[in-house]
Amino acid sequence: MLQIILFAPLLASILAGFFYKQLGERFVIFSAITLLFISAMFSWIVFLGINHAEIHEVIFFRWIESGSLKVNWGMRLDTLTAIMLVVINTISAFVHLYSVGYMAHDPNWDANETFRPRFFSYLSLFTFAMLMLVTSNNLAQLFFGWEGVGLASYLLIGFYYKKESANKAAMKAFIVNRVGDVGLALAIFTSFMMVGSLKFSDLFASIPRLSQTEITFLFIEFNTIEFIAVLFFLGAMGKSAQLFLHTWLPDAMEGPTPVSALIHAATMVTAGVFLVCRLSPIMEYAPYASNFVTIIGVSTAFFAGTVALVQHDIKRVIAFSTCSQLGFMFASAGIGLYQAAMFHLFTHAFFKALLFLCAGSIINSMHHEQDIRQYGGLRKKLPVAFWSMTIGTLAITGVGIPFSYDVFHLPVGFSGFVSKDAILEGMFAAKSYPSAVSFWFLTFAAFLTSLYSWRLIILTFFGDPRGNPENYKHAKEKSKTINFTLACLSFGSIFAGIIFFDLFLGDSSENFFSNSLFIHPSNHILHDLHYIPHWAKTTPFFAMGLGLFVSFVCFYFSPKIPSYLSVNQKILHNFLQKKWYFDEVYDHLFVKSSRWLGSKFWRIGDEHVIDGFINLIALNFLPKLTTFAGRLQSGYIFHYAFAIFIGLTSILTYFLINLGT
Amino acid sequence: MNHLLSLVIFSPIFGALIMGIFLRSGSEDSERNAKLLALVTTIATLIFSLFILAQFDSTSSDFQLLEEHKWILGLHYKVGVDGISVPLILLTTSIMPLVIISSWSIKSKVKEYMICFLLLETLMIGVFCSLDLVLFYLFFESGLIPMFLIIGIWGGSNRVYAAFKFFLYTLLGSILMLFAMLYMWFEAGTTDLRTLMEFEFDHSSFSLLGFEITGGIQTLLWLAFFASFAVKLPMWPFHTWLPDAHVQAPTGGSVVLAAILLKMGGYGFIRFNIPMFTEASILFQDLVFMLSIIAIIYTSLVALMQTDVKKLIAYSSVAHMGFVTLGIFSMNQQGIDGAIFQMLSHGFISAALFLSVGVIYDRMHSREIKFYGGLANKMPRYTLFFVFFTMANVGLPGTSGFIGEFLVLIGAYQINSMATAIATLGIILSAGYALWLCRRMIFGEITNQRLQEISDVSFREKIVFVPLILATLLMGIMPMPIFKLISNTVANLIANLEIVSN
Repeated sequence: MLQIILFAPLLASILAGFFYKQLGERFVIFSAITLLFISAMFSWIVFLGINHAEIHEVIFFRWIESGSLKVNWGMRLDTLTAIMLVVINTISAFVHLYSVGYMAHDPNWDANETFRPRFFSYLSLFTFAMLMLVTSNNLAQLFFGWEGVGLASYLLIGFYYKKESANKAAMKAFIVNRVGDVGLALAIFTSFMMVGSLKFSDLFASIPRLSQTEITFLFIEFNTIEFIAVLFFLGAMGKSAQLFLHTWLPDAMEGPTPVSALIHAATMVTAGVFLVCRLSPIMEYAPYASNFVTIIGVSTAFFAGTVALVQHDIKRVIAFSTCSQLGFMFASAGIGLYQAAMFHLFTHAFFKALLFLCAGSIINSMHHEQDIRQYGGLRKKLPVAFWSMTIGTLAITGVGIPFSYDVFHLPVGFSGFVSKDAILEGMFAAKSYPSAVSFWFLTFAAFLTSLYSWRLIILTFFGDPRGNPENYKHAKEKSKTINFTLACLSFGSIFAGIIFFDLFLGDSSENFFSNSLFIHPSNHILHDLHYIPHWAKTTPFFAMGLGLFVSFVCFYFSPKIPSYLSVNQKILHNFLQKKWYFDEVYDHLFVKSSRWLGSKFWRIGDEHVIDGFINLIALNFLPKLTTFAGRLQSGYIFHYAFAIFIGLTSILTYFLINLGT
Repeated sequence: MNHLLSLVIFSPIFGALIMGIFLRSGSEDSERNAKLLALVTTIATLIFSLFILAQFDSTSSDFQLLEEHKWILGLHYKVGVDGISVPLILLTTSIMPLVIISSWSIKSKVKEYMICFLLLETLMIGVFCSLDLVLFYLFFESGLIPMFLIIGIWGGSNRVYAAFKFFLYTLLGSILMLFAMLYMWFEAGTTDLRTLMEFEFDHSSFSLLGFEITGGIQTLLWLAFFASFAVKLPMWPFHTWLPDAHVQAPTGGSVVLAAILLKMGGYGFIRFNIPMFTEASILFQDLVFMLSIIAIIYTSLVALMQTDVKKLIAYSSVAHMGFVTLGIFSMNQQGIDGAIFQMLSHGFISAALFLSVGVIYDRMHSREIKFYGGLANKMPRYTLFFVFFTMANVGLPGTSGFIGEFLVLIGAYQINSMATAIATLGIILSAGYALWLCRRMIFGEITNQRLQEISDVSFREKIVFVPLILATLLMGIMPMPIFKLISNTVANLIANLEIVSN
């Protein structure tokens, strides 16, 4: 069954990619969807029926073997993997289904161009790579999946290859990810050097020993575990678009919207969170690295929230919101609350995919208009999208009943309420030094989340239509598959929190995660988070409510406030609008300087210094030869060259032979 | 005595002889016959070489399929193979038929062209089989002549300059190597490579002209061989001949140059420098590491700025060869395994990349990146091939490019983690230049009207690419057969190194 889960998407990808001519477009797309739903169904069976105490390993065949380095293709099934299987395959199956409607007509292509099989092939390929990543039992295969999803992401962001902006974004995504990959690669090298194996089980077994050792890098001594943990996190930062390596994510919105939902919201970007949780045995022994994770996570949540406030592109707003939510997950993992990180990953997959797919539905209905300034008043026109998006927003902002856990022993609310409030409570309860400040920063980020999410809803669905009247007039939800998908994901966004709370964070948590997470005996955070003061428990709720309130005041009742602010606070507004100028700074710091260096190395290094030096050495006979070249036709110079070459060789060979005899 | 190796070595030249004697040049029929004969010869050679694989016992680290004959002037013809040479021979014999197929569009002096390539094949296989110093030298240096002719006769507009540069560089290296060989013969009294590998050359320091020479005579011998192989590979800063040679060479020439000829440098390091001058190799480890890092970073940056496709790929070759030297001089199992793997992988990938350039050059006669753009609109299959090989070139896991780089880096990291960390930055830069190339040439709208009529890959071209794709994928996903082939020989080499260094 595991093999079917893993290879059904690969089969779907091959069918759609290479056999659509023979089998027909409709057939390959249909089979891709079927295969994905089979895979999703089996994932749920595995998830619900898994024996949590046991780590199930399957070996396929040997991959790399060089001296003591031995790597197999294989699978490792534990709770973490099972969670990811469910998330990936469920969302992927729905996104496949949704894409039938979304990709039915696409103004980017001429009538005679086939693009759908290619799209489905890439989607399924992505799913396969992502599954390889999460099922890996060793670091090398994880890296295979890691780069595989990068490839799929590159191909899908650049899907509209005629658009220059899409190509640029695809390239940026790949290269920025590679920066993180360097960290991951170095972490893998260090692990092998210190442990002599790339298998997770061997690595984890030697952690207590390694935590006593030091490693020298760049002439500085580091604790081995801290060093490895930071390098791994560097990889996670790239993939999960955390601050400093986040710049690719907003641009990745150039890809078709189903891609943004699947890859850049629900699954691929959460690979970093998964990695940190998978490496919990390392993180638990690396307090400094864990603090670093929290700090980066909190900063990202804050940064992305501020930027999302002023973006105009509907997809970019949601992209920054993703960035911000990933920050929440890292913050949680950094304080040792991996369960909440995984839970938020789980619920976030539903509501964020839902939000993106709603955006897709709106974009599809509005003739591919993505600027929210051109929307307005769409509530009646697009009712399914409106209600789904509202549900998604209620989920992401964390609407629920405070203190319900204390009363019912179960938090009652939308899925985001359950998972996000757990993170905030954990942050308050945590004893690491960045956590006190982090709590307030995250609460503020939660306020921002509420503010920009409701802003999106209000600007899109309420008020008067502001854009092209033609677009508004023809706006209509045409596709059944789109509406069906939205309905299913809405269900998940509402109930995923309540249903699975007990498993992830409640009394069953310890059994549920059992061996898949390592919790240091001194880490009681999962227990402590229930015993924080009442005011701290309600703070996130108030932050959410305040965001909702401010949002309605600013964007619904008196829209003059934001436009006044954007003029009055021009510097601040530009700063946010330009995403804190990260792109501009990086462009100068890395892109332009690489090009400058490249051309200097080429023109001066190669052409002047090295070639100049060669010419200098050859100065004694070069002039003579060049006069030959000048006088004679170019072909003749070879005769001379050969004469000299063969002559020299012959003389030397003669000596060689004479000496020998 | 088994004559299999001689059969493989001399089959191509036999085909060339038949062609030279029996085929007239000029008429169209004879041109077609020349191509067919060349194809048949190279395929036959490939089949013969598969017998080597079948008869080779990979559990042993000894030289096998030995042949020894007395030859002129008291010299010995001595050939044999071990786990390091077998894969390189197979690389050579499997690339050559593809080169011949891709050269089907050659118009001028077809017969001579084919003879040059067949001659070259014999010499290249000879290099990988030789177990005698003089024989190795003869094969190694004579290989220059056909390559020289290929660039000089069928090359581009500035072929004289390129051939001349190629010649100057290589001459310098080979003369030094020749002197070193003379000394070795003088000192050890034999030209047998196996004996020389066990011979211990003096490594006590002495002073020459007031300079203290650490490592003594070994240092000098090491440097002499290094000069020759570093030019061949090429290593920074001996690389500037390569971009010019590639740019001027015809497609077939570029393919052989990148896929096979460069590998002779790496092979030389593993066969001569490491086992024969071990102390000197340890002495120079840091230097080689430094040059390798520079090669990786510097040439990747230079590749970024190229405006000529072939030059870009040539510079990327230099960067990839940086990984080879890094691996070899790590002198541990992962490093050397990785270096050999990288050589094989780069053999297929660079061949494919130069062939891809050949496809569009045949149609448009331009190598300017600016000339192209938006090829994906007209050439979907070509796009698939090109993007695939680009990804293999940047070392995406699942392709052969990954395994080589990964092993090399993991091996080198154990020796010098800081240097390796810098080398690892190369994976960002390689993604940079490779994807930027794709973006400029393949994607986007067609802006050059002359590209409106460009046709997708033909059936003949597909025949060339499909085996290369399969090889790249298979080596990336199931590389175990290759590891089995090389691991014992490399393990033996490492064991001997450890004896010396202790």
